[in-house]
Amino acid sequence: MAWYVDRAAQVFVFVGGISAIVFIAGIFVFITKEGLDFVLGPLSLGEFFTSIEWRPTSNNPTYGALALIVGTASVTGFAMLLSVPLSLGAALFIAEFATGKTRETLKILVEMLAAIPSVVWGFVGMSIMHPLIIRVFDVPLGLGVLNAGLILGLMAAPIMTTIAEDALKAVPDTYREAAEALGATRWEVIVKVVVPASRNGLLAAVLLGVGRGFGETMAVLMASGHAINLPTSVFDSVRALTATIAAELGDTVQGGNHWGSLFTLGILLFIVTFVINLTADIVVRGIRKK
Amino acid sequence: MVDAAPETAVANGIAGPAYDEPPIIEVRDLNIGYGGKAALQGVDLDIYRHEIFGIIGPANSGKTSFLRALNRMDAFNTAMEVRGSIRLNGKDINDWRNVYALRSRIGVVFPLPVGLPLTVYENVAFSPRLRGIRKKAELDEVVERCLRRAALWDEVKDRLDSLGSLLSGGQQQRLTIARALSQEPELLLLDEFSIAVDPVTTMRIEDVLKELRSEMTIVLVTNLVQQARRLADRTAFFLMGELVEIGDTEDLFEGKVTDQRTTGYIEGRFG
Repeated sequence: MAWYVDRAAQVFVFVGGISAIVFIAGIFVFITKEGLDFVLGPLSLGEFFTSIEWRPTSNNPTYGALALIVGTASVTGFAMLLSVPLSLGAALFIAEFATGKTRETLKILVEMLAAIPSVVWGFVGMSIMHPLIIRVFDVPLGLGVLNAGLILGLMAAPIMTTIAEDALKAVPDTYREAAEALGATRWEVIVKVVVPASRNGLLAAVLLGVGRGFGETMAVLMASGHAINLPTSVFDSVRALTATIAAELGDTVQGGNHWGSLFTLGILLFIVTFVINLTADIVVRGIRKK
Repeated sequence: MVDAAPETAVANGIAGPAYDEPPIIEVRDLNIGYGGKAALQGVDLDIYRHEIFGIIGPANSGKTSFLRALNRMDAFNTAMEVRGSIRLNGKDINDWRNVYALRSRIGVVFPLPVGLPLTVYENVAFSPRLRGIRKKAELDEVVERCLRRAALWDEVKDRLDSLGSLLSGGQQQRLTIARALSQEPELLLLDEFSIAVDPVTTMRIEDVLKELRSEMTIVLVTNLVQQARRLADRTAFFLMGELVEIGDTEDLFEGKVTDQRTTGYIEGRFG
């Protein structure tokens, strides 16, 4: 009887493995199909990438996505400035310095942080960060790049911390012992041995955070001010690609130009995420070969 | 190199153990436990300069714990408790406020080769860099010298920039020996270094160790009693956390023992 259990297990595992490819391809086909008519028809690529006029519901509609692209990029970039050092620091502390109960408690807390729904983060952005930014910086509006970036940074930090900590823990203790036996201090061991040995995992953690930033919708919608604008300071409101899709898709006619333009934003998001992951993959492979 | 061989030895052209000098290591009433469970009890022994000091005994006899205590590696394992005194050059090792400086004077070779995830060159240059050597020419010189002395240079000189982990098991173990030598240690601790090494390489490393004795003191933990016989000037026999016997290696192997368990182990009746 063992042989057909083995066979069944093989099929089951194969289906599980292949499903990732099926879903990715399926999503790509679906988004492209919905957006393709628009991309090949009314869309002007020049306008899409260089104009900030996003007026899909106007009598004379324009589809300039530059402000949305810049909005997403600036919020994500700001968030990464905050969360990359914060998460790597937290991961180093948990993996290399904390022991016993401190370590366990911190791990649980970080994992709990990762489980907070994004709408709650958005709520924090609107009701706490918003008045706080107005008071601290004496600006008229607290919803913008700073607010959304802080919220997104805090949101991305726990998952980055967890992945980075896993990567650091995957470095065998024998390396640490061997390096310390050579007279290296704890910090020298971390900088010269542990971090280089885990850089693939650390890079993966950072890129996962970037991906999280690009894809996050609700919190950014609530904290960014959702105004079409090319930001000149961190206090300016912006609008993100994802937030635009979420906010507008419900009001469109299926198959219409507005509908198609939102799917075009989706294609753009898909391509960017795909390129980030592909780059990460190539970089990681490059490091491995060396 | 570190300290020159004692005058007499240099004068004779032979490097032998300096039994007439104060010991480099003095261990008194050493007790090691893990979470209350004793691993080593009441050990007293001295190790002299330019001596190869062998430690034999079956598994779980406390040999590795002893080595780890010498290097204060107990800091890695919170469950490991070390009591008693260990003096290096007359100074209690717990009085070294900078444990890293202490460790940098002691080279360690682990049972399985632990190549740092670095290139062959960087593995050997790691410790010199920590000491502040920055000049490429100087590092090149140290790396070549250490690799030559570990009998590895000819095999790796063309691939110094490839990862140490790509070498064969025996080569990796010689790499860790080269790395330990790059510390210019006074004391070299070897913990069953030949476990993952083929017999030919083992012999080559043994020849290296015999030469190194003129420059440093070597503590050799081994589970091969014949290896202790080939190399060690004096040998200690550990059994179940107890130092059963310590004496001139040849005496032990010729049966001049105070405890019959020693002969029993050496002759392979147990262990």
